[in-house]
Amino acid sequence: MELIAEFFRDLRATTGLNFTIFYDPFDAARFWRAFLLTCELAALSVLLSVAIGIVGAFAQGSRIRPLAWLVNGYVAFFRNTPPLVQMYFFFFALGAITPTVPDDIGMEVPLVSNFAWALVALSLFAGAFNVEIFRSGIEAVPRSTIEATEALGYSRLGAYRHVVLPLAFRVCLPALNNNLVNLVKTTTLAYAIGVPEMLYVANQIWSDALNVTEMMNVLLLLYIALVSLLVWLMHCWERAMRMPGYGA
Amino acid sequence: MRDPARGEAPLVSIRDAHKRFGDVEVLKGVSLEVAKGEAICIIGPSGSGKSTLLRCINALVPLDAGTITVSGIEVTDPKLDKIVLRRRVGMVFQQYNLFPHRTALQNVMMAPVHVLRQDRREVEQRARELLRKVRLEGKEGAYPGELSGGQQQRVAIARSLCMQPEVMLFDEVTAALDPETVKEVLVTIRELAEEGMTCLLVTHEMGFAREVADHVYFTDRGVIVEHAPPAELFSAPRDPRTREFLGRIL
Repeated sequence: MELIAEFFRDLRATTGLNFTIFYDPFDAARFWRAFLLTCELAALSVLLSVAIGIVGAFAQGSRIRPLAWLVNGYVAFFRNTPPLVQMYFFFFALGAITPTVPDDIGMEVPLVSNFAWALVALSLFAGAFNVEIFRSGIEAVPRSTIEATEALGYSRLGAYRHVVLPLAFRVCLPALNNNLVNLVKTTTLAYAIGVPEMLYVANQIWSDALNVTEMMNVLLLLYIALVSLLVWLMHCWERAMRMPGYGA
Repeated sequence: MRDPARGEAPLVSIRDAHKRFGDVEVLKGVSLEVAKGEAICIIGPSGSGKSTLLRCINALVPLDAGTITVSGIEVTDPKLDKIVLRRRVGMVFQQYNLFPHRTALQNVMMAPVHVLRQDRREVEQRARELLRKVRLEGKEGAYPGELSGGQQQRVAIARSLCMQPEVMLFDEVTAALDPETVKEVLVTIRELAEEGMTCLLVTHEMGFAREVADHVYFTDRGVIVEHAPPAELFSAPRDPRTREFLGRIL
């Protein structure tokens, strides 16, 4: 660690490139905390939005009409409005009417933190797209395959879980991939409601240390790394779900 | 049909079945009875309602009018428990309809484990025996995409049998197969029929119908034109429509 700090101090002395996050303990601590927060926000919203997609696509095909309408309304709303506006709506409009609770020292703090609002907004935003993505996959499952599940006595839910969804996943994985990559990048919008994620903290750091160029490069590289990790994980998953004898 | 004097209730009983899709009346009052252990074949030109009739028996297609009873279960009852019905009625399709993301063994095991909640180990033992019975020993781990049409169809038969049904429905199960693989599937079905499984087959294989069926029904334009034991129907058809159909394909 000390070697790295030494290197970046030298770098600053010789070239003027100022990477405070590698030698200044205060900047390092807040920046890597922010990095972890971004990872956490990305991972949780990916999982939640996929869950919304799975449940939503099932409800969309339900014979209970109002349920299907509800899902369609949700999808239309969240697909047709800007994510930043949604973020503001949740934090300022809904956040203003949610109750507050006293913390350890008696201060009134909101029941739902800004991190939680960001997570809700991002998951609902990406979830709306996931519903449509899963629907496209479900529609690609042949009617005859579904008939076979019926003939074997499967309920609609049983067939969805054991046959339709596993097959739909394989069809819609490329589209799902795209949406999740977008979602990871959209976590930066949480900046707007003061969630101390990577962009927010980078901004604080470059305001203090005047190292905008350096921090920009760090940000871009870390987002590339995060998205690459997601894409790699998705490819592993895709390989694990390969159906022998079906090409691909 | 069996002698009613014997007093044995038929396992499958269809009375005056009517079904229309839009403007087309596919079934115009079809009645038939199948006794336990019997194998019957339904033959007739395409579009005569054969497949629809089979699909009505396990409630894949609801009837418009008429009644169907399978082993005491009223299929046309609006409060029908489809799962109870479908565990007694197995169905094999023209296009096999295997689940491509699961191996042959898993395809056979899935429904008993998921639907009937039977013990996985018992089901696996039964599934392996069934795959042996349809001569697919060694293919347990193969995915449907790695099997030939005839092999896939035999997996589909094993999959249905693993639910331990009382009746098996075969819907033109050899129509999508190469001529040389048709035989391996027919041999499997014949063995089943000989073991006493109640079978309803929709088929275009007249030689097979003659050999296996206890009774043959000829359908045309939504009605049963005539029915008789195969020897009689194939050698001395009474109705001119039957004669014309047999003349065209034999």
